[in-house]
Amino acid sequence: MSKRLLVRGNEAICRGAVEAGCRPYFGYPITPQNDIPEYMSRVLPELDGVFIQAESEIASINMVLGAASTGVRAMTSSSSPGISLKLESISYMAAMELPCLIVNISRSGPGLGGIDASQGDYFQAVKGGGHGGYHTLVLAPYSIQEMYDLTMLAFDLAEIYRIPAMILGDAVVGQMKEPLEPHPRPSRELPPKDWALRGKGDGEQRFIKSLYLGDGELEARNWVLHAKYQALKENECRCEEFETSDASLIVTGFGSAARIAKTAVMMARDEGLKVGLLRPITLFPFPEKSFATATAYCKKVLDVELNTGQMVEDVRLSVARDAEVFFYGRPSGTGSLPTPEELLEQIKKHY
Amino acid sequence: MRHDLFMSGFGGQGVLLAGTLLSHAAMIEEKNVSFLPSYGPEKRGGAAMCTIVITDGEIGSPVIGNPSVAIFLNQASLDKYGSRIKPGGVCIVNTSLVELDGFTRKDIEIIPIPMNAVAVQVGDARMVNMVAVGAYAARTGAVSLASLAEALKETLPERNHKFIPANVRALEAGASRCR
Amino acid sequence: MQQVFKRPESLKDVQTHYCPGCHHGTIHRLVAEALDEFGLQKKTIGVASIGCSVFLYSYFDIDVVESPHGRAPAVATGVKRARPDSFVFTYQGDGDLAAIGTAEIIHAANRGEDISVIFVNNTTYGMTGGQMAPTTLLGQRTSTSPFGRKQDTEGYPIRVTELLSCLDGVAFAARAAVNTPKNLMDAKKQIKKAFRYQVEGKGFSFVEVLSSCPTNWGMSAIQANERVGKEMCDYFKLGTYKNTANF
Repeated sequence: MSKRLLVRGNEAICRGAVEAGCRPYFGYPITPQNDIPEYMSRVLPELDGVFIQAESEIASINMVLGAASTGVRAMTSSSSPGISLKLESISYMAAMELPCLIVNISRSGPGLGGIDASQGDYFQAVKGGGHGGYHTLVLAPYSIQEMYDLTMLAFDLAEIYRIPAMILGDAVVGQMKEPLEPHPRPSRELPPKDWALRGKGDGEQRFIKSLYLGDGELEARNWVLHAKYQALKENECRCEEFETSDASLIVTGFGSAARIAKTAVMMARDEGLKVGLLRPITLFPFPEKSFATATAYCKKVLDVELNTGQMVEDVRLSVARDAEVFFYGRPSGTGSLPTPEELLEQIKKHY
Repeated sequence: MRHDLFMSGFGGQGVLLAGTLLSHAAMIEEKNVSFLPSYGPEKRGGAAMCTIVITDGEIGSPVIGNPSVAIFLNQASLDKYGSRIKPGGVCIVNTSLVELDGFTRKDIEIIPIPMNAVAVQVGDARMVNMVAVGAYAARTGAVSLASLAEALKETLPERNHKFIPANVRALEAGASRCR
Repeated sequence: MQQVFKRPESLKDVQTHYCPGCHHGTIHRLVAEALDEFGLQKKTIGVASIGCSVFLYSYFDIDVVESPHGRAPAVATGVKRARPDSFVFTYQGDGDLAAIGTAEIIHAANRGEDISVIFVNNTTYGMTGGQMAPTTLLGQRTSTSPFGRKQDTEGYPIRVTELLSCLDGVAFAARAAVNTPKNLMDAKKQIKKAFRYQVEGKGFSFVEVLSSCPTNWGMSAIQANERVGKEMCDYFKLGTYKNTANF
């Protein structure tokens, strides 16, 4: 076992990215994710990497686009309003099938909002926040170890499926410190990057584009992308199940909300209530089958989010027809982070 | 055993350093720990808060509504959060800066320590946080004083290692108030 | 028999979609010749922008990545930083570079990115149907300045080359035109100089090339060509604005 390090979540992402071989980082300052560009600006130059603090969120995602088009592992990070600015190019990258990592340490909104932990960006992240109908792979870590592990996984899956990947976190998982056990990137078979631009050399010209004007061309492209999203749903859904096997009520939520809910579930168990937790780790693809399976016998689901109800729509679409879905939300802002005690009350209310 | 602690004061009292120290000490004892710097409405007014959970098993929530133990280093912290301590819990108060007269809870144990005075006695007024952590460790057994002393090496930057003996004295002074 | 004139290797043997009298085709050729003459074709990554020149990959036989509107200098920055051994140029119009992409061109230039920018200025948004551009001349009628551009409400045409040449990060900046044989020869020289800067690792280089747009100007090819010489060259003066290495 390697020595455990006490690091905050934002740093765990950086360490995971560096371990995954990401060398160019392009970003722009915004709270609460500034630890990420600050860390990268210190570490990447020592590794012959590239750090650019770009003139804007827009420029930084386009630098990622350029770097990714050459086949290197590239990333950017931001927080909610900054992600909104990047969406146009995320749509381009989805269309161009360019792998990359985008980190959203999301903050409360809408508008300038605040800097507290928020899950108000679920729709934006999983429904293809930009134009044209696309998806990115979305992973939602809930611990510092997962911030590290899922960052590495995101780079791999992005390459396997040639898709932009997003880590969706918030100020709780970004700013919290916990022990991290660093480890080498797990080896995984990755496809060759025969699409990457390096100059044509002695071969054929390569180009990466998203414009398709010929008869039927763009429709065909959309079906190709759709097939990829189906493959992701088939192969890459990840979730955590905790005490669900005999549960009469299943609590669900992602990221920091799920983390808080887990203690509420433990408290309920201590009181003899049969309560479990089903936590999606991949938000896209959403673990629909796990919800369908779990609600084949457990007919009550309580969804907890730091917003007024977003993931709950996917939960409702995934559960068995006769399952009831309850929602408890705390749209974020100062003093609005729910506590385990508060969630226990909700569990008791619906149990 | 599960220990959770809420610590609050104003910026400069070393609340976040104290949290980091406790986290490192827990790791030395091969426990799990989460350290969450908390946000409150005073975040721009210089308040500093954190929540720490130390367990042998899974941490679960890094957010605690009703902490078992709270450390209040200034008056505003007690006034705002004193009511949140879990019944039967422990409240460690820096009476150098906090007036306890208006705080009438009978369902918790209140440990008054004039931390600024104790810190000055052992050599440095800035070590209020160490006095608090020493008292907490002695009262709860969440981590040992030996682990805290060891953890100072990880917590303090190399250039401040010369202050470790003084910090250890402050930890012990705090602990002696709880023995 | 000695061959004295041929299609550049870097250019494909295809017909372009450009309108009769448009200067894009000519400028493409000059760029391709410059690539050939430095032997750059195999290591070049072009960055196509949004506008009539978006099909760069259809005409140039080089690797190309498409950029969102205005972002070509940022995309080129990512390409060049990731693959420092490649030769990277952007090819952008005036709507793309001087309006929506103002921030990206200013900051790529200011960082002194080791890239080359070909800026084709035809004083209008060509592909979208001839709307007013930042470079539209005062009095010029466009589909969104139907009564002619007025400085009171629409401001003045931007002289991008002059603007950029003020930045310390810019190594080379020049404005050229291709409306006469002489100007065309000069344009070729300026493009070659710009490329030489990158080939020798000497920093950011920029060439603005004035271009016609007969379709959107509502002119014949010949009238449009004449307008470049008369009206555009009068406001957008040709010449070298910065040449730090004295090439």
